[in-house]
Amino acid sequence: MNMFYIIAIVVMIFVVIFQIAKASEYVSVLKGEEKSRKQNNRINGFLLILFLILGMYGAWYCNELYFGKTLFPQGSASVEGEQVDLMLYITIGVTGVVFVITQILLFWFAFKYQESDKRKAFYFPHNTKLELLWTTVPAIFLTILVVFGLKNWFKFTGDAPKESVVVEITGHQFAWDMRYPGVDGKLGKKNYKLYNQPSGNTLAVDFEDPESWDDLHTTEMHLPVGKPVKLVINAMDVIHDVGLSHFRMKMDAVPGIPTTMWFTPKYTTEEMKKRSGNPNFVYEISCDQMCGKGHFSMRGVIVVESEADYNKWLASQKPEYFTLFPDKDPSKQLAAPVSDSSATAKPIAQVTPQQP
Amino acid sequence: MSTATLHETTHYEAHGDAHHDHHHQETFITKYVFSQDHKTIAKQFLVTGIIWAIIGGLFSVIFRLQLADPNATYPWLEDLLGHWAKGGKIQPEFYYALVTMHGTILVFFVLTAGLSGTFANFLIPLQIGARDMASPMLNMLSYWFFFLASIVMMSSLFVQTGPASGGWTIYPPLSALGEASSGSKIGMDLWLVSMALFIVSSLLGGLNYITTILNMRTKGMSMTRMPLTIWALFFTAVLGVLSFPVLLSGAILLLFDRNLGTSFFLSDIVVAGKILPNEGGSAILFQHLFWFLGHPEVYIILLPAMGMSSEILSVNSRKPIFGYMAMVGSLFAITILAFLVWAHHMFVTGLNPFLGSVFVLLTLLIAVPSAIKVFNWLTTLWKGSIRFTPGMLFAIGFVSLFISGGLTGIFLGNSALDIHLHDTYFVIAHFHIVMGVASFFGMFAGVYHWYPKMFGRYLNNTLAYIHFWVTIIGAYLIFWPMHYEGLAGMPRRYYDFSNWESFKMFGGLNQFISIIALVVFAVQILFVINFFYSIWKGRKVTTQNPWEANTLEWTTPIRPEHGNWPGELPEVHRWPYDYAKDGKDFIPQDVPVGADESKH
Repeated sequence: MNMFYIIAIVVMIFVVIFQIAKASEYVSVLKGEEKSRKQNNRINGFLLILFLILGMYGAWYCNELYFGKTLFPQGSASVEGEQVDLMLYITIGVTGVVFVITQILLFWFAFKYQESDKRKAFYFPHNTKLELLWTTVPAIFLTILVVFGLKNWFKFTGDAPKESVVVEITGHQFAWDMRYPGVDGKLGKKNYKLYNQPSGNTLAVDFEDPESWDDLHTTEMHLPVGKPVKLVINAMDVIHDVGLSHFRMKMDAVPGIPTTMWFTPKYTTEEMKKRSGNPNFVYEISCDQMCGKGHFSMRGVIVVESEADYNKWLASQKPEYFTLFPDKDPSKQLAAPVSDSSATAKPIAQVTPQQP
Repeated sequence: MSTATLHETTHYEAHGDAHHDHHHQETFITKYVFSQDHKTIAKQFLVTGIIWAIIGGLFSVIFRLQLADPNATYPWLEDLLGHWAKGGKIQPEFYYALVTMHGTILVFFVLTAGLSGTFANFLIPLQIGARDMASPMLNMLSYWFFFLASIVMMSSLFVQTGPASGGWTIYPPLSALGEASSGSKIGMDLWLVSMALFIVSSLLGGLNYITTILNMRTKGMSMTRMPLTIWALFFTAVLGVLSFPVLLSGAILLLFDRNLGTSFFLSDIVVAGKILPNEGGSAILFQHLFWFLGHPEVYIILLPAMGMSSEILSVNSRKPIFGYMAMVGSLFAITILAFLVWAHHMFVTGLNPFLGSVFVLLTLLIAVPSAIKVFNWLTTLWKGSIRFTPGMLFAIGFVSLFISGGLTGIFLGNSALDIHLHDTYFVIAHFHIVMGVASFFGMFAGVYHWYPKMFGRYLNNTLAYIHFWVTIIGAYLIFWPMHYEGLAGMPRRYYDFSNWESFKMFGGLNQFISIIALVVFAVQILFVINFFYSIWKGRKVTTQNPWEANTLEWTTPIRPEHGNWPGELPEVHRWPYDYAKDGKDFIPQDVPVGADESKH
């Protein structure tokens, strides 16, 4: 019923506007085309200049309202992201000046040079000097922005520092999984054909590779503060994207083509709670590439903590190998002596889940 | 040169006369349905485009309802749509289908076919002084392939598993695997088939436009005497003809991957617990094929709007367009660069950093010709004698939006900044302003300006002014604050933000944007009513040249028949921008140059 009233009201408004518009057309015909054109000209010229003034005020007001809600007042949470913020401010500065000047000229000229009996249009078809001026000036400013931007681009996309913490992140519909290399510092091999949900090998890890035996599989990402971290990014099914807006970083997760990205977390989660003034603050991983109906819910969490806390957390995690093959878990084979890996390699291969 | 032109002219006149002879044999079918008259075909494109625009716009209004309040229910939607809005709640699958179809419809069916199809068909023969297109038959086929593409796309809305819903960019593997999304089932096949038909339509049209412009200009109409609309439509056609086939190949390969078991875009995939046998393909390859069209596509949409705005700004400033050759040159530069920047859509795909840097350079280079155009438009207004016709207001609005949206392109084109802004609301704000709304403004400017030529009647002025003011204010209110959401990293294509600590603070803003979107949509309906009402009931045009313009279309009768000029084709003696010259308000192109006339 409500809907009916709303529709009725909307239709009424349409009819009223339409009738007014028709009536005003008759009036303008009666008044004479020339006269009504001049009247329309004055009204619209005035509205254009009003639009400019209110628009500029609106842009300022919008900034007052929302700039505080963007990530920039709290600063970048990664060392590298500070360069992004600086670039952003410079670009806002340059484009802001151009924006204000050109919009003012546009609406001011439109208002100032509206049709008038006192003045005739000025025949001014071209002027090579002027045209060269506004070809070269933008080119110079753009060159500066490009040089500055590319310097950062090569840094961000370049090799991660050697001492980086390595974490593998894998996207699938609709969640993120992490893998830590364990004490040997190396991630075990993967082969997507080894995927086996019943056995729990959802990351398709090749457990015949001894390097996989100490790897940790977690759903939350923990990172030590102040140390560079390198993410190795995978996807199981469709393209996803690891979006880390607080760190100003982003990289696609493409099935079959591993990608990487690196950054240095600057503040722990606790520190960010204070900086952002939000006691519920949490670093979130958003999926930034359309991946299906649950795309909007593909959320991951990163906990940045002191190195001591990070190491404590790492130690509390059990290698996935032992979760999947409990009989190999030394903590459950109390009596069994700890043997070197080459000796245990064979029996493990035999219990590896059946390959499809 | 002059003899060749003379020869050609007589040849085409003969051709045109042949048309005249069988005029009276025209039936309703040949005159309005399977018409070969470029003016009728233009109107067919326009009306089909308007219908698509209403559908596409309506879709955006519905998904804005979801964004306004993710917990709201709309029982009437369930009555209409059944399980797509179970319990009156817009379902995620439905939301993504709406988003995808909104993009597809607006980009291809409205702003490509509706815009180029309408104005290239309508203006090219009229403004270069030809009786019709080089091949009226192909031209007719171009519309009917578009019609067929429309039918197939429309039918995909009614299949049980729903239309394509992986975003208008249809990236595989999501779009290749039915298991990954219900929208990637039969709806996706229909999307691809429709697009293939669409591309055929676009190629037939494009080849025709290029051929017509190069060969059928009337006597005296040298290339450098062509109005900027024609230049823009010419470059648009070149872009389309060279880039659409690449998307066609991508679409066909994707159809193979979907239905014939090939692995062009698929490798190492486990989907819905199933290990796929496909190996060796590359999902990124599709993105290259897609964006090799996708980026020129942006300019296919934008250039006609630029051309028409240039023309309308000059006519209504009563002044020549400033820097005609620079305008043509910058159109040419944009056309070339448009082919060399596609990978800036792929900065975060793991692209080779060196390759990325080349694309940064080429992308930001586009800002130079764009800046030239803006400054030339501003100078055109300077010291003019401006008449604010509705067409002129929309042209001024176009320039304003092109500045606003173009400047944010400088942020996104710089790859290091793009890492943060990629696929956020900043991108939505950028491309909606610069290519969506701006091109719509160009299109509206064109409709208001050439409506008298199309239908022999005027649109209602008051409704037109209401349309302009609500639309420009609304467009800025909708898209300006989205920049801030993007700076906060708020991702695109999210159905619900309420579970995200980082993004949920924009709930109130999203509601505000949705309300404005509703108002702006309502005003577009007002425009549509005005459009159709005025075809039959609008104020009649009584003068041949209502805007006092120089171009040739205003030398035809008020309602030109097929063949455009009843007698001989007009002869051109000057460029189209002799306004305010030698103290004369305007000198049409077909007026011979006087002995005492100054040179420009």
